Amino acid sequence: MVTEPLVWAIFFLPLLSFLLITLVIRPFFNRYAVVSGYLLILALAVSLALSLVVLRQHYGGAELDFEPHTWLNLGDVVIQMGLLLDPVTSIMLVVVSGVSLLIQIYSLGYMRGDPGVARYFAYMSLFTAAMLGLVLSVNVVQLYAFWELVGVSSYLLIGFWHDRPSAAAAAKKAFIVTRIGDVGFLLAIIYLAFHGPEFAAQGLNPLHIPDIWQAAQPLATGGAVLGGGALTLIALGIFAGAAGKSGQFPLHTWLPDAMEGPTPVSALIHAATMVAAGVFLVARFFPLFQQTQEAMTVVALIGGFTALGAATLGLVMDDIKRVMAYSTVSQLGYMMAALGIGAFGPALFHLFTHAFFKALLFLGAGSVNHASGTFNMRYMGGLRKHMPWTYALVLIAGLSLVGIIPLAGFWSKDEILTSAWVSGSTVDPWVYQAVFGLLIAGVLLTAFYTFRMIILTFHGDFRGGGARELEDAEESGLPRPSSVSEEVHLGESPRVMVLPMAVLGVAAILAGYVANPQWVKSFLLIPGHWFSYYVEAAVPFDHPKTPAFNWEVALISTAVALAGIVLAYLLYQFMGRKRTQTLEVPVEIGEPEGAGVAEPTLAAEGADGPSPLHGHEPVPVAPQRPEPLERGGPIYALLSRKYFMDELYEGLLVRRVFYRSFAALTDWFDRTLVDGLVDLAGSVCRNGGRVVAQLQTGQVQFYGAVIVLGAVLILVGYLAYSAGLGG
Amino acid sequence: MSLEAMLIVAAVLFAIGLYGALARSNVIAVLMSIEIMFNAVNLTVVAFARYVAPLALRESISSVLTGQVFAIFIITVAAAEIALGLGIVFAMYRNTETVNLTEASQLRN
Repeated sequence: MVTEPLVWAIFFLPLLSFLLITLVIRPFFNRYAVVSGYLLILALAVSLALSLVVLRQHYGGAELDFEPHTWLNLGDVVIQMGLLLDPVTSIMLVVVSGVSLLIQIYSLGYMRGDPGVARYFAYMSLFTAAMLGLVLSVNVVQLYAFWELVGVSSYLLIGFWHDRPSAAAAAKKAFIVTRIGDVGFLLAIIYLAFHGPEFAAQGLNPLHIPDIWQAAQPLATGGAVLGGGALTLIALGIFAGAAGKSGQFPLHTWLPDAMEGPTPVSALIHAATMVAAGVFLVARFFPLFQQTQEAMTVVALIGGFTALGAATLGLVMDDIKRVMAYSTVSQLGYMMAALGIGAFGPALFHLFTHAFFKALLFLGAGSVNHASGTFNMRYMGGLRKHMPWTYALVLIAGLSLVGIIPLAGFWSKDEILTSAWVSGSTVDPWVYQAVFGLLIAGVLLTAFYTFRMIILTFHGDFRGGGARELEDAEESGLPRPSSVSEEVHLGESPRVMVLPMAVLGVAAILAGYVANPQWVKSFLLIPGHWFSYYVEAAVPFDHPKTPAFNWEVALISTAVALAGIVLAYLLYQFMGRKRTQTLEVPVEIGEPEGAGVAEPTLAAEGADGPSPLHGHEPVPVAPQRPEPLERGGPIYALLSRKYFMDELYEGLLVRRVFYRSFAALTDWFDRTLVDGLVDLAGSVCRNGGRVVAQLQTGQVQFYGAVIVLGAVLILVGYLAYSAGLGG
Repeated sequence: MSLEAMLIVAAVLFAIGLYGALARSNVIAVLMSIEIMFNAVNLTVVAFARYVAPLALRESISSVLTGQVFAIFIITVAAAEIALGLGIVFAMYRNTETVNLTEASQLRN
């Protein structure tokens, strides 16, 4: 039987690991820093086991309602801490702890030899704990605390290599941009708290999540505790927070930059879990959202728009991780759009499958970086021959992302598309049509950029990797790219990295159908549509059901996806195949001895000593190939500059509008008024002191005279006062 | 003799002493002025004890003499104070060769 402490343990184990690493291992046993990795893996393994038990018990119908504990009693508002165990939570617990566990195992290989490895695992523990706490929260304030904790740990992890200016800047950007959304969320919470009396009249707590759901529902007497404009405002505030975290337009700019962190961080935070927190938040408040059509329309359209817009940006990126970052933004757009049109089950199903294949894609990118020393796809190519495992796994993940039957992504994406196709009454019909159009166009682009990425990375001939990129940067006088290593060793990554990828690969194949068989009544004892129906039960109120499998949609989306793949193949596969032997870069072939030590920071230090490449066999490398999309001219420029969004934000909004108006105003206020008041207080005291100091003459008789004068004054005053009273 | 006359004499004495203490620059004269002020107070205390001591207290002799006991105390303290004050004056004279108060401003700063 699952007891409350057992559920809390899921959250506290990674937190304990964080405390042990920061307070014990890092200060005293930093030589054995790798122990921190094992510690975290152990904690997460137990957490995962407990999560599975919870899921099983919960699915079995066990009552897992625990009474929340009062934390702060503020009169009208009582803030509680507690556990909210519903299907969404129990699924998220498994996803977060499971994916995190695999990524930590991978990190053992990827981060080996990094001087900050204990710090790395400490941050990772904190992050995982915060995410698990977020998923379990029953109170909005509790949820918000974990929400911000997730934000902080992502800041720490993105800026993990803080000696790189670009990483520090990316960390700041991520923190500040998500903060803009969080302001909306915070305002929504405060607004909820202001509704305390109305909630209390119905016996509800304005910060208790199930009570908020209840309050949004229509009452028998007509109206709702929380209705009309207030409901829409609160829903939009919550969505603002979710949009910041999930990288939805217009707050998506931080996510691609966040790729400056170590690759496993990107895999965990910016693919599988943290960015999913935004989707989770909207799903958590779904009973509230579905009562306000305006907010649902906003969510659906922003989601659909983001899904397509981010996909267009993914087309032209040269950095493999940035392609994936935009792909993540785009896929999160799918989930948001699904929630917006009321497809609750499909959205979470996509979240579930996406976590696996996107984490796998990122881990594949890390593996590729390990071999080639760079993330720039222009300098990759031909890695298929050298790293067959990575190739096969990335191919599986890519096909899953594109949505090719029978991989995981197909089933979840298909459910979303079908929901939009069959339409419903949650929002206006045109919204369904617009969302379907945006998403199906997104499928084409997804297929194209995914296969552009795979072909550029793994097919063709090797184009020199990090060593060549550094040479080219030197020739053209550009600054040395900090994340590029000149250590190139073409070979498969160590087993500790490939194994977690293989597990994720299995999940990327099976998670779709096994978790949610659609054609038959049951498959491997799992009932049809198990996942969708189970998750839907989290919404205790009436809502649109997950639609049945639809052949038309499946055929359309598969055809579109195949078209995208073929297009990418035509554009990239047959182009620039001519081999040139003139360019030779010494490259190590085969399994490297020191695999796992190729961390960029370390490599940069190692480069000062004798070259580690001595004695390696030089291999011919292909020359740079022109990017066929560059023929698109201005459109290519527009896309590769990310629609000038960064320039718009930083150049126009921040530097011109913000600096000149608001910042200038506060600057003036601070310098003139605040500083002026402080200076005034100082000068009054100093000058007053100077005047008073003149009285200290050292003449005893003067002092005496003053005392007498004072006594006389008091006497006269007293007499006058008592005379006044008497009169 | 009435209480008023006593108090007037005492007030005059006190004012004279106060003036001397604040205005004279010779330390010896200041000390003497302070003695005059002591005696003005003594006079007041004894006068009050004589004329307005509470009736309830007259039953016991020691209570009746409260003011007089006070005066004896003040005289004793004044003697001690003069001994100490003169000692300081001597020390001051030895160091500075003056008994002028306006020049004794070492307490400043």
